[in-house]
Amino acid sequence: MSEKWLRVAVVTAMILLVEALCRIDVIPRMVMIAPSDMVVELGKLLASGQFSADIQITFTNIAISTVLSVLLGFAAGVIIYSLPSLRDAIEPLLASYYAVPTFVFYPIFITLFGVGSASIIAIAVLLAVVSMITATLNGLDRIPRVLRKTGQIYRMSRVKTALLIELPAAMPYLFTGVKLAVAYSFIGVIASEFILSGAGVGYAIAYAYNLFENGHMYALMLLVLIVVTVVNTLLNIVDRRLQARRQR
Amino acid sequence: MSAAASGAKIVPLAPQVAAAEAHARLRGVTRVFELPKSTLHALGPIDLDLAKGEFFSVVGPSGCGKSTLLDILAGLSEPQAGTAEFEGKPIRGVPDGVGVVFQEDASFPWLNVRDNVAFGLRRAGMDPAEITRRVDYAVGFMGLKDFAGSYPAQLSGGMRQRVCIARTLVLQPRLILLDEPFGALDQQTRLLMGDELLRLWRETSATVLLITHALDEAAMLSDRVGVMSTRPGTFIDFVETGWERDRDSRVVSTPHFGDITARLWEKLRIEALKIMSAGKA
Repeated sequence: MSEKWLRVAVVTAMILLVEALCRIDVIPRMVMIAPSDMVVELGKLLASGQFSADIQITFTNIAISTVLSVLLGFAAGVIIYSLPSLRDAIEPLLASYYAVPTFVFYPIFITLFGVGSASIIAIAVLLAVVSMITATLNGLDRIPRVLRKTGQIYRMSRVKTALLIELPAAMPYLFTGVKLAVAYSFIGVIASEFILSGAGVGYAIAYAYNLFENGHMYALMLLVLIVVTVVNTLLNIVDRRLQARRQR
Repeated sequence: MSAAASGAKIVPLAPQVAAAEAHARLRGVTRVFELPKSTLHALGPIDLDLAKGEFFSVVGPSGCGKSTLLDILAGLSEPQAGTAEFEGKPIRGVPDGVGVVFQEDASFPWLNVRDNVAFGLRRAGMDPAEITRRVDYAVGFMGLKDFAGSYPAQLSGGMRQRVCIARTLVLQPRLILLDEPFGALDQQTRLLMGDELLRLWRETSATVLLITHALDEAAMLSDRVGVMSTRPGTFIDFVETGWERDRDSRVVSTPHFGDITARLWEKLRIEALKIMSAGKA
């Protein structure tokens, strides 16, 4: 508990420090506006509804990317798991996957899907899906053999064993994949909007940056930060519950 | 309680049980594993009759095929040669009326104790009121009443094994197979769990086959102990303990217990030495 309060204290102190530095003009207004002003600007921005369409499109794309990555990653993971020789062949590729800067492929996606949500989702899924594949393989690997044997003892069918034993047994590991898929979808979507979009929060931030509209820019950054924090807090609550049951 | 006092002797090679009484029967059972470059003769040929209601233990050196023997009786594995029967019917797949407790913790970490214990009954589609009745009984019997809502991660290793035993008990098996169920527990817990097991055996009048590497456990719990040889495992000795049915872990303080353990070790020592000299242990 004291650890938690210390964390809150550290974050609060940092914010207050930045606030003070902005107020006494050590950090010029051209560079950064004070955190309190960011909150005010965000309030105004949300009330005006000026960026509602951008916000909606961004978070919709993130949600779609997450769902696609989780479903495709899980399906691919199960298939790879069931084909051991294929797995042996491609596992090194999966392991080094994140060494590849996925964003270099953005011209290909523009050619394939054009400028817009489709290419953004494609990049985000490409970024996120492998973490879900890896988590699925890890989860399936870690199902204790004795639990499958127990399924046999109860004379359960293959499908029932998968649904009632293997899936819940692998769930804490699968959820790690879900968390990563959410994080990569955020990164993939917002970063793609900077470079290959005419809409969305990432685009709006880049646009505000180009026009020196620091108020809008920092308000939108704050919005992204708040949403990421809330989403991660929720995911962590679920994760802690799952992990607590795994401790052996 | 004390069998020594009642004048029981160690009976060496026990006669085979009369055909009509055999609850489970193995004849010439052999198991060979095909490895990529060779074949491994793991077990047999084995002949074994388990009398109805008997508590039978198997001791043997590590790797002698004890678990393979259990897998065959449980219908998890099929012998290449010989026949395995339970209640007069050949074993094909897991037979109805057979319960298994494994050495590893097989409790489901995502279910609380009650739901773990109820799992098999729910799969069998039993009436919910009957499930509640049986689960309450088994949870109480195994001393888990105060932990009914706990998850396995919150329990000790011994408690989790109780959950697994309770989960098997609720199905009211007529043959209970236990594969080193207390192997991961400390000595004191093992003795106490042995008492629980004896209580359960008396209560259910099930036939019990216990696989163990602990000679004291086998000597204390069993009506009869089978000693297995090194691979390929076959029975080299059967020892009748002559304990009364109403017994508990206190028999370990009797001289008769020492005699049984000594006899088991005398046979097993030779087998264990073979493994050691072959550099496998």
